[in-house]
Amino acid sequence: MFVDTICTYQSPYREDFTIKGYRFGKGDKAACILGPIRGNEIQQLYICSQLIKKLKELEANNCINSGKEIMVIPCVNHFSINTSSRFWAVDNTDINRMFPGTEYGDTTSRIARDVMDAIHEYTYGIQFASFYMSGEFVPHIRMMETGYQNTSLANLFGLPYVMVRKPKPIDTKTLNFNWQNEETAAFSVYTNRNDTIDPISARQAVSSVLRFLTRMGIVKYESHSGYISHIMKEEDLSNVYTKEAGIFHNYAKAGQEIRYGDLMAEITDPYEGNVLEKILAPTDGIVFFMQTEPLVNESDIVYRMIHRLHE
Amino acid sequence: MVILMIETVIAIGLPVRENLTIRKNRLQPVSARSNMPRISIVTGIHGDELEGQFVCYEVARRIECEKEKLKGIVDLYPCLNPLGMDAVYRNVPKTEIDMNRMFPGNTEGPVIEKVAAAIIADIAGSDVCIDLHSSDTFIREVPQVRLSEVWAEQLLPYAIHMNVDMIWKNATKTVDESTLGYSLNMLGTPTIVVEMGIGNHIDQKNGKQLADGIFQMMSHLGIWDEEPVQLRKPLVSKDSEIEFIRANASGVFLPSIAYHCEVEAGDKIGEVVHPLTGEIVQSYYAQNTGLVFSLREYPMVYAGSLLARIIKKSEEVI
Repeated sequence: MFVDTICTYQSPYREDFTIKGYRFGKGDKAACILGPIRGNEIQQLYICSQLIKKLKELEANNCINSGKEIMVIPCVNHFSINTSSRFWAVDNTDINRMFPGTEYGDTTSRIARDVMDAIHEYTYGIQFASFYMSGEFVPHIRMMETGYQNTSLANLFGLPYVMVRKPKPIDTKTLNFNWQNEETAAFSVYTNRNDTIDPISARQAVSSVLRFLTRMGIVKYESHSGYISHIMKEEDLSNVYTKEAGIFHNYAKAGQEIRYGDLMAEITDPYEGNVLEKILAPTDGIVFFMQTEPLVNESDIVYRMIHRLHE
Repeated sequence: MVILMIETVIAIGLPVRENLTIRKNRLQPVSARSNMPRISIVTGIHGDELEGQFVCYEVARRIECEKEKLKGIVDLYPCLNPLGMDAVYRNVPKTEIDMNRMFPGNTEGPVIEKVAAAIIADIAGSDVCIDLHSSDTFIREVPQVRLSEVWAEQLLPYAIHMNVDMIWKNATKTVDESTLGYSLNMLGTPTIVVEMGIGNHIDQKNGKQLADGIFQMMSHLGIWDEEPVQLRKPLVSKDSEIEFIRANASGVFLPSIAYHCEVEAGDKIGEVVHPLTGEIVQSYYAQNTGLVFSLREYPMVYAGSLLARIIKKSEEVI
């Protein structure tokens, strides 16, 4: 294993901001795996640390295939993690809205450029990402429909679901979008958490990456075959909305199969405690996303369901 | 006589005994007709941008003083992000989302996207929309119009009436896709994005200058019964014709010049110093003669932090 310095920026009073890349194996730039870009992506940091631990073992046992190189960047933005800021602590900009970046731009644009320069030649790119809505997902692979996306490859991670979404204008500055434009087969892996650690889904994420690397001939790793993924489009998900605002009691959980009319959640009055709304399942299906905040607005999306899918 | 109508664009219940309410004030003559020209003046997408507050006040005040001159509809939207403004926070609190990256929104999406969609639906169809921004809290800006390259030629005839010091064509960040301005222009509502001043402050001089420009625009649109006059001749420039001066080291930036001044090539702009060691880390000089239209106010810098922008003197003046 070699530890490279991707970039270093001096800070007026903090220690240098340095992004490190952990390289395993030698040869073709086969796969690159990226951890947190935002300061609240703690689960993603944990997953990367476990992946590096596992790759060290595999390398020690000669299980990285010859002629293949893997790089793991366990954290793109530790400055924000250490100050509990979601975005770049100095000016609140989101590095994941700065890609592909420029060497002549703002600090975060330069960081994005430095990262892009280090990763754009890899054949496969895997990012442990987070969604802008706070909540829990069923573990899945997410891809943007750029024309370069390949859902068959995404299936090789063996996670239960692969979701393809049409990019919105705001997505064109993300790592995933720009990585695909650089002709890297880029995948975003979502587990159920962001700012807390769930070891079980973290293990599932590590296994899914090692399974993918094995199937692409990059490492040797004996693992369960995983799932034949259910591939779907984001627009096919059914949203479940609130009608009332108040305290949210969620009874349906991510991954759970629900029947039409089942009680999914209740909203109670924040002052008087009475039930303002019972949220009933609008369809049969699997809960793909659930909102986890204790308070909800009127018209919030609290669940996203995979319509008419059964376990 | 002028009728003031405070209308709710959208109201959504917040968790505890409050609504998130976006309001507008429609000012129109008593004899208003549906086919009257309409201008929308929008501000407060970012909670730390307050310059537009004074402009909205000033526009409403002047209309009230000379109400007989109002011949069309003026819609004032003084605050599109009321939670952010209340919390002295640029983005939408709790979500941490930049509201000006959420347009055109989605009526079926999360709350913030629903709000964005409602705002777009309400403004669309105006003869002109003016989207007023302050700078952030880091850089002070002279009053300027920023135009996306896509719409620059189409919008320039409107922008010249705004009484700004400069018009920046192809300014990418504030006018890119997913902003209010870009989305409205896509829908055929000519929308001018204005930047001025600095975050969390109001400069009344800037505000009066912009208000003059808005009344001039209203005269051209037939909304304000006054002979239009050209108040100020703006410099017009493209991205490639603007000099960006950025820090290449971290430290504290001490400017050597005043904001909104003309510099000669070779003039010192400022220096980055290190208070711990007492050393000057780097000094910065203008490469071109021109107007400093952006100057850093917040002194802490990293490599890449913007220190100043200069519009070259030779640029076109309309």
